[in-house]
Amino acid sequence: MQELINRAKELLADGTVARVLGWKAGDLPYNPEPAYFETAEAMEDFVYNGFCGANLSKYMIEASRLEGKTLVCLKPCDTYSFNQLIKEHRVDREKAYIVGVGCKGKLDIEKVKKQGIKGIESIGGAEIADEAETLTIQTIYGEKTCAYADVMLERCHVCKGKDHMVYDEIIGESKETKDAERFDEVARIEAMSPQEKFAFFQKELSKCIRCNACRNACPACSCRKCVFDSNKFDSSQKANVDTFEEKMFHIIRAFHVAGRCTDCGECSRVCPQGIPLHLFNRKFIKDIDELYGEYQAGEDTDSKAPLTNYTFEDAEPSIVGKRG
Amino acid sequence: MQRIGVFVCHCGSNIAATVDVKKVAEMALMEPGVVHSEDYQYMCSEAGQAKIAAAIHEKGLTGVVVCSCSPRMHETTFRKAAERAGLNPYMVEIANIREHCSWIHKDIEEGTKKAVILMRAAVAKVNLNAPLQAGESRVTKRALVIGGGIAGIQTALDIADAGYEVDIVEKTPSIGGRMSQLDKTFPTLDCSACILTPKMVEASAHEKIKIYTYSEVEKVSGFVGDFMVDIRKKARSVDMDKCTGCGVCQEKCPSKKAPSEFNRGLNTRSAIYTPFAQAIPNVPVIDREACIKFKTGKCGLCSKVCQAGAIDYDQQDEIITEKYGAIVVATGFDTINLDKYDEYAYSQSKDVITSLELERVMNAAGPTHGHLERLSDGKAPKEIVFIQCVGSRCSDDRGKPYCSKICCMYTAKHAMLIRDKYPDVNVTVFYIDVRTPGKNFDEFYRRAVEQYGVNYIKGQVGKVIPQPDGKLLVQGSDLLDNRQILKEADMVVLATAIEPNPDVRKIATMLTASIDTNNFLTEAHAKLRPVESPTAGIFLSGVCQGPKDIPETVAQAGAAAVKAIGLLAKDKLLTNPCTAQSDILLCNGCSTCENVCPYGAITYEDKEVNDHGIRETRRVAVVNNALCQGCGACTVACPSGAMDLQGFSNRQIIAEVDAICR
Repeated sequence: MQELINRAKELLADGTVARVLGWKAGDLPYNPEPAYFETAEAMEDFVYNGFCGANLSKYMIEASRLEGKTLVCLKPCDTYSFNQLIKEHRVDREKAYIVGVGCKGKLDIEKVKKQGIKGIESIGGAEIADEAETLTIQTIYGEKTCAYADVMLERCHVCKGKDHMVYDEIIGESKETKDAERFDEVARIEAMSPQEKFAFFQKELSKCIRCNACRNACPACSCRKCVFDSNKFDSSQKANVDTFEEKMFHIIRAFHVAGRCTDCGECSRVCPQGIPLHLFNRKFIKDIDELYGEYQAGEDTDSKAPLTNYTFEDAEPSIVGKRG
Repeated sequence: MQRIGVFVCHCGSNIAATVDVKKVAEMALMEPGVVHSEDYQYMCSEAGQAKIAAAIHEKGLTGVVVCSCSPRMHETTFRKAAERAGLNPYMVEIANIREHCSWIHKDIEEGTKKAVILMRAAVAKVNLNAPLQAGESRVTKRALVIGGGIAGIQTALDIADAGYEVDIVEKTPSIGGRMSQLDKTFPTLDCSACILTPKMVEASAHEKIKIYTYSEVEKVSGFVGDFMVDIRKKARSVDMDKCTGCGVCQEKCPSKKAPSEFNRGLNTRSAIYTPFAQAIPNVPVIDREACIKFKTGKCGLCSKVCQAGAIDYDQQDEIITEKYGAIVVATGFDTINLDKYDEYAYSQSKDVITSLELERVMNAAGPTHGHLERLSDGKAPKEIVFIQCVGSRCSDDRGKPYCSKICCMYTAKHAMLIRDKYPDVNVTVFYIDVRTPGKNFDEFYRRAVEQYGVNYIKGQVGKVIPQPDGKLLVQGSDLLDNRQILKEADMVVLATAIEPNPDVRKIATMLTASIDTNNFLTEAHAKLRPVESPTAGIFLSGVCQGPKDIPETVAQAGAAAVKAIGLLAKDKLLTNPCTAQSDILLCNGCSTCENVCPYGAITYEDKEVNDHGIRETRRVAVVNNALCQGCGACTVACPSGAMDLQGFSNRQIIAEVDAICR
């Protein structure tokens, strides 16, 4: 982290960048939050650790409109989102100085709590300077430990890899944390009967409180004005009509980001109700892979996405129809 | 608030028998905005149209819903009627209660319920309609014909004779198509080449016709009246301007092992070749796959012997971009692959051939110089069996469900010609039915049976078994005598089903022209618009639309030409005002719409916007209304809903869905 801070200060000092986009400590040991730093002094509050899950790509839409370059810290998986935003002309590559930060898997505090660890005062081992194998947690009930891998975010178990897709320089080591198959959970749901599927999503989505956290965090949900906030359409009214329509919000959202979602997992990470929202997006990705060949949104900035491109080899509608 | 009139048509009993039209009219009055409703026996009649006009005047209607047949039948009729009465034509909507309702339902209660729902949806849409004005677009006075067979040649000649420029794009090195491969033509038995070549010459000499052979259509953009087409002129390796067509290169070429496409692979040709003697243009091409110079770098003999210096090994493919007002598809057919019909031993015996191969065998320029002989040993056959409907009228997925239409007649022709020239040869034809509905066709078939003694057996062949002595044992059934037949033959000829040229799928996709499950191009209307594609400006000529013989093909080719001429004769076309529009305040500038637009109608511009007091320059989508065809692809792809289609706005569609789901 210190190397990162030093380098950022250097770039601020020589005028390469006008500000740094990173994380600062939150009010708890495990909730750092995205923040801008404009001076070397301000950089004292800068943190980067295992709890810095937030994908900063989306903040670059705003930062692209600011005067001067912004140094942005992007983890390997965040760079996919950044590329996708370049492809959609939402961010300006020239306005970004991308520091690819090392990542050894990001942590899910809910998983820590599920292990019965409560009253947390401080957490050691999240600094990811070492191999990131054990967390040592000081609680009001004494010291507890847990394995780093056991409390990682779901997305890190299906990690896309430790390579940054776009960067100006890389600071810090990354580790591939993949130990599960990305589409296993989707396949399990696909195997359910329609009634079971409906019951599953009914149960999950009924927890939704429409706080819009998923939408606000999602780098693909970057419309100037969301259809749910506009009176030009009837989507918002429809989404509010009754409890079933309420769930339409998530379905419509999944359709809107289909083919553009990089599977960054922010939607599920930020959901205060723990709804596995990424499953919708991942179902679309799985279908796209199967019908049109493997495609990873954000892998590059110029390829044509399968859903907005036409080739003679495209699956016939009848084949798509038969899949149900 | 709109003032809407709802007019419910009985269509005689077409609608009224399954839909309670009075109930629909009555229910309409309960819909928001509806101030008038009535039902009438034939709304499309003058009296019916007068009722609409009268209601517009008397009730001051601002919108009209006609519950009737498909908008493809009478939308124009009703829109014009409304326009004459002073209403904007785009304020008229059709609720299709015939094709979508009465024709497919039997129960009047169910039918009425559905008709009411369809009426409601149309009313909901009209409530959100706004008057629209059609624009104008220009017409490029040049036609493109894809395919240089008899269909394409005839269409091109007819268009050119009317005074318009025509380009023919032909994939192979020469125009002429399948007809050039035929020996004689039924029912008059005149020599195919003798009647075709004058047409080929006429086309090539016509000052209004330009022929691109050894060329393919690579890309099509634009729309009716203004298509932009990329044509790939494949490298011929021979300079067309210098070549004199002397043919010495072909004689001297040492590589003579490539199968001759023209002779259906029954013999070989040189690597530098013209497909046949009367080829147009009479300029050879080098088959780079077969050429020793291209394969090893050594040889170059053709270049050495060419007096004109026309050989150009470095020639590259060339892309020609040209504008056209109309495009005629004349891609023709091929015979089906017989892999799935191995019971006829086609792959096992050289003496089992297709009818098209027999054409080449019978032809003086063919592999046997016109002598009827077995391809295995060159012996003269004494017993020939013809098998009809190989792959045609097939109920399983091995073949085609349709009748190939030409086989009964050409088989009678083959049988007759063989019996005439070789009276000692016995000819047997196994058939399911003999179909001869054409001028002088049945007389022709009867001549084969009665005058030439061809033995017709109603029944199918189950198996052809090659014997050790080289003969073919044909195992079939005679349905009229109800007995099994085992017959030894020297040759078996398969009347192989025809299918559209496999390239047609790609071409149809480029043209956004629809094709059916058998890959035949679909007509705009099976009966009333048989030579037009549903895609405006695309016309159909020949077998690409359905199986046809030569006279029918020529007739259709002329009809397609007339339709194309009708289009080219216009200076301006009225454009569809239902085009997309982008709301610059909602546009993200993400380019998604630009990517999906098939017409290249969307571009991006940096525009100054004032978004509730925030002034900034944004990259936003701009639609060129002259190019937009209103397909709506952008409106569904746009994530923020900034793209909307006039006349089919997102809100209108949701209103229709809501009305249906109410």
